[in-house]
Amino acid sequence: MSRPMGDSHKRFLQTLMSNGIVSSLQAKALHRHCCETHGAHYSPDRLDEFIDVINAQLQPMFMHIRKGMSEEDGLQYYALVNMAETDVTRMSSDYADNELELFRKTMDLIVDSENGTASSTDILNCADSLKSKKMKKKETEHVLNKFVQDKWLNEKQGEYTLSTRCIIEMEQYMRMIYQDLIKMCFVCHNVAFQSQICENTTCGIKMHLPCVARYFKGRSDPHCPSCNDFWTHEIPEIQQAQSQGSQSQSSSAVPAPNPTPSTSSTRRSRRS
Amino acid sequence: MSQRKRVAAVGSQTKHFRRSQQVVLDEDDGDMSLTQPTSSQVQKARENFTPVQVDRKVAEVVQFILIKDQKKIPIRRADIAKHVIKEYKALYQDIMKRADRTFEQVFGLKLVEIDSKNHIYILVNKLQPVPGEPISMCPGNPKTGLLFVILSIIFMKGGTVKENVVWNTLKKLRVDVGEKHEDFGDVKKVIIDEFVRQKYLEYVRIPHTDPLEFEFRWGQRAEKEVSKMKVLEFIGELHNQEPQSWTQQYREATSVETSQR
Repeated sequence: MSRPMGDSHKRFLQTLMSNGIVSSLQAKALHRHCCETHGAHYSPDRLDEFIDVINAQLQPMFMHIRKGMSEEDGLQYYALVNMAETDVTRMSSDYADNELELFRKTMDLIVDSENGTASSTDILNCADSLKSKKMKKKETEHVLNKFVQDKWLNEKQGEYTLSTRCIIEMEQYMRMIYQDLIKMCFVCHNVAFQSQICENTTCGIKMHLPCVARYFKGRSDPHCPSCNDFWTHEIPEIQQAQSQGSQSQSSSAVPAPNPTPSTSSTRRSRRS
Repeated sequence: MSQRKRVAAVGSQTKHFRRSQQVVLDEDDGDMSLTQPTSSQVQKARENFTPVQVDRKVAEVVQFILIKDQKKIPIRRADIAKHVIKEYKALYQDIMKRADRTFEQVFGLKLVEIDSKNHIYILVNKLQPVPGEPISMCPGNPKTGLLFVILSIIFMKGGTVKENVVWNTLKKLRVDVGEKHEDFGDVKKVIIDEFVRQKYLEYVRIPHTDPLEFEFRWGQRAEKEVSKMKVLEFIGELHNQEPQSWTQQYREATSVETSQR
C-alpha cells in the first residue's frame, strides 16, 4: 500500500499548487523546509521519492506532479498536472472562450515555426479572425500579458514561446493534436519547440538549445549526431551550470532567506 | 481542423466547472431535491454505481471545490449537487465524506460549513504558516499584507471598528482609499468587495445612523484561518512589547488557540 502523507508532504503540495511551477532548486529548498517545519526525516537526495509519496495519493484525483526541462535554461522544473483534462480546457476557469481560442492560435503558430516562437505581430493578426469573438489590438496585448503572467507563455522582445509549465502540462495533448508536427529532441527525447534543426532536409532532427550547448561543448567542428552533416547553427553557451552548482550548495548549507515581508508570511492564506 | 472537435469533446466534460464558476451563487435552489434519501435509496444507489464510478465522482468534487477555492469563492452545497454530483445525489453524503477526507489527508485543507442554513462551505488551511519559506505559499499577492493589517486593527480595537477608523489607520500607513494604489488598485473596492466576498471581513451598516455609517468585523474565513495569536505577535513586534501586555486580546487569542487545537 502507498504510504500516507505527512504534513511535510501536504505543505509541499500546497506550495506547489499555489505557485503552479517550481524549479528543482526551489523544490529542493522547499523539500528541506517542509521536512524541518514538521520534524520529518529529511534526506536531501530523496526528493523524487518524497514526491512519489504525494503522487500516489494524488493519482485517484487524476492529478500528478510532473518533472520537465525548461527549453531556455535546461534546468528541471516541477509542476502539478491535471490528468483528467490535459488540454487547454485546463485553463477554462480563468479565461473566456475567445481568449482560449487566441491561445490555441498561438500554439499553432509556435508549432508551425522552426524555432518554437510566435511573433506578436502574427498573433495580433490572428486576433482579427477569431471565430468566437474578435479581439482588438489593445485587448489582445492585455490577454497575452495575462498568459505570460499566469506562466503559460514566455515573452522576449516581442517573441512568444511556450513556457515550461505549459509544456509540462500540455505535452500529451499537443502530441495528440499536432502528431507528426511535434518533434522530439534528439538528445533528451522530450518534445522540442525552442530548438535548432538539422539543415539536411532528409534528416531534420531537432535539438533543444541547452541540449545543443551541452552536446557540442568543446567541439570546434560540430556534426549532426544523426546524419553526421555539418551543424551550421551557432552553438549556444551553457548558461546554467555554474550558477546551479553554487546555488544548490548554498541552499543546502544555510536556510534560504525569507523573501516575503513578515506581514504576508504570517498570514495563513494559500492561494492568490 | 480536427483539433477543434477534440477540444469541444474534452471541453464538455469540464464545462460544468466553468459555468458554475461564473454564477457565483446562482439563485435557483437545487437544494430542495437534497432531502435526506432513505436508506433503501442509498442502498440502491450503491448497487447502481460501480466503485470506479463513485471514485471518479469523488475526484470531480475535489477538483470542483479546489477550482472554486482558488478564487476564494464560497461553495454552495446546491452547486456541488447540481453541477457535479447530479444523478449520484443519493450518495451525496458518502461522496462528500470521502472528498472531505481527501482534503485533510492529501491537501492539508478542511472543508468547513460557514452557513448551516444555506449550506455554504469554504476550504480552510490546516497547516500553520511558518516564517522563512523558501518560496511563498501565497506568491504574488500583496493584498494578503493589506488584509492582515485590517484584521489586526479590528482585533486590537475589540472586534468591531467603524470604517473611518480603518480608513484613517491605513492613511497613516500611506494607503489612501480615495486614491488608486499601485499594488491594490481601488483599495476600497478590494476591501469592501473582495475581502467581504471571500468571507475574510464583514462590512455591516450600523443601525440608526444618519448619514449612513458602516463597521468592520472579522469574517468567518478569517476566524477559521487566521491565528489571533499571530496577529498579537505581529502587533507586539511593531510596538516592541510582549503579546501578554494586551491582557484582553491575549486572553482571547489563547482561548481560541486552545479550543481549536
